[in-house]
Amino acid sequence: MFNQIIDWVDQRFPLTAFVKHELTGYPTPRNLSYWWNFGFLAGFVLVMQVATGIFLAMHYKADSALAFDSIQHIMRDVNYGWLLRYLHATGASAFFFVIFIHMARTLYYGSYRKPRELLWWTGQGLLLLLMGTAFMGYLLPWGQMSYWGATVITNLFGASPILGHEIVIWLRGDFTVGDETLSRFFALHYLFPFIIVGAVIIHLVALHTVKSSNPSGIDLAAKDNIPFHPYFTIKDLFGLGLFMMLYTWFAFFTPNTLIEAANNIPANPMSTPSHIVPEWYFLPFYAILRSVPNALGGVVAMGLSVLIFAFMPYLDRSRIPGGARYRPWYRILFYGFTVDILFLGWIGFVPPTDSTILYGKIATILYFLMFLSLPLFSRAEERMMIKRGLPPALQAMIDSESKGKGK
Amino acid sequence: MTENNVADGGRRDFLLMATSLVGGVGAAAACVPFVASMNPSSDALAKATTEVDLAGIEPGAIRTVPWQGKPVFILRRTPEQISAMAQSKGGLMPEDEGKRVQKGHEEWLVVVGVCTHMGCVPNKEEKGWTCHCHGSQYDDSGRVTRGPAPDNLPVPPYKFISDSKILIG
Repeated sequence: MFNQIIDWVDQRFPLTAFVKHELTGYPTPRNLSYWWNFGFLAGFVLVMQVATGIFLAMHYKADSALAFDSIQHIMRDVNYGWLLRYLHATGASAFFFVIFIHMARTLYYGSYRKPRELLWWTGQGLLLLLMGTAFMGYLLPWGQMSYWGATVITNLFGASPILGHEIVIWLRGDFTVGDETLSRFFALHYLFPFIIVGAVIIHLVALHTVKSSNPSGIDLAAKDNIPFHPYFTIKDLFGLGLFMMLYTWFAFFTPNTLIEAANNIPANPMSTPSHIVPEWYFLPFYAILRSVPNALGGVVAMGLSVLIFAFMPYLDRSRIPGGARYRPWYRILFYGFTVDILFLGWIGFVPPTDSTILYGKIATILYFLMFLSLPLFSRAEERMMIKRGLPPALQAMIDSESKGKGK
Repeated sequence: MTENNVADGGRRDFLLMATSLVGGVGAAAACVPFVASMNPSSDALAKATTEVDLAGIEPGAIRTVPWQGKPVFILRRTPEQISAMAQSKGGLMPEDEGKRVQKGHEEWLVVVGVCTHMGCVPNKEEKGWTCHCHGSQYDDSGRVTRGPAPDNLPVPPYKFISDSKILIG
């Protein structure tokens, strides 16, 4: 009976062929490490956020007079409302945590390199959508941090030399962040995740065209690929188990570590908290904004600090295949960049003083210098490596790849 | 109509361009109401004035009042603050103290309490204000002395209705 139904569907819709081609039989490099789990984890967190978000929306009131109290209503009165909200709030942090590792893996192993440029750029678009969604969602509890975060970020658009002020007012629907702003942010916060789902499908279509990269950085011969199921379904699910322990530990036991205390005070347009900080995932970019002494320059630098990742396929001029595993200088650069971005995060977190402003400027210059020096740096590294001779393991793989192509 | 008309490529190209153009203009025009609906509505646009009773503000004290949804600082300055401010020209955006207060009412500084950088409300310090969002500083005349704020705190339009009452707006 079941087979008959499947046959009936298959004659009208390519169900079996699709599942076989894109899921169970999808060829996957056999040497993928656990660093390749994070795309799946991001997809899982997206589903969690949509599910908890829809149920939260059934109880939330997007009205500046009611919003703050409706959050308290969810926390105290709604059955399991506290759980839904903590899962959703922790989920936002989990999303960025997973995405940052996903991006770091791409940078370390050179997964952004030809032919995966479009895959990397669709991912970059997803990051921007995620940032927008998180930012608008953060206004909804209508606490002090929500309010002033939204004020500062909408004001960023005021730095535009033409129509800056008009754009800010258009975004807010009022002269200050207010009821209008709250209801439109709620509408868009509900819409964006579905745009993200669409963008994820495009990301996956691109992935399934170029296939996964792998730790060697060199595309494997067909015989070295294995079907996605059961090998990577199991590996992804095991990774999911580990991730869930961390995620639920935060959501169950320390849900408030990532919620600023000042956000438990209702929004007050007359007074800014003495120390406002954005959510941790925006801190490095916020530090770059603060480090540039000019308002327009700061906004441009902050925008570039996120968008500059898109140029990686062209900034990296080395012809040595693969990523940091076989490239000693690039590896140093990767770790240097990691330290720099974490340091910027700390600078963004502490209140601005003369010395932290100076450190922030130095770290900001280093941040951009690492990208801008990459064309020369990667070429110099290539010359050095060719002079010294490529590592035997890498040479063997390049040889086997060219042999595979010859056949 | 003849067969020649059907095969007339120029006519087809023209029709394609003309219909695309009309369709494109129509689509663009259809965006206008959606974009415009996000601008402030009539009730938000309605201009508001705020009347403030200055009685009870001690020298050196500050009161914050809402005006059009924005905080306005009313600082009653001490003689030392007045003379210090009159001697200085400010910092990054020099401006005469005389342009920032009203003649005969030098005691009262009225400025919009919205940081000119990113719109936070600066906090009153012993001397001037500090904006805790990004570290800008203003002196006791509301003039910016440390960036990243690009401009002085603006002075809103206001007039004294009596010696102890002002009307902002």
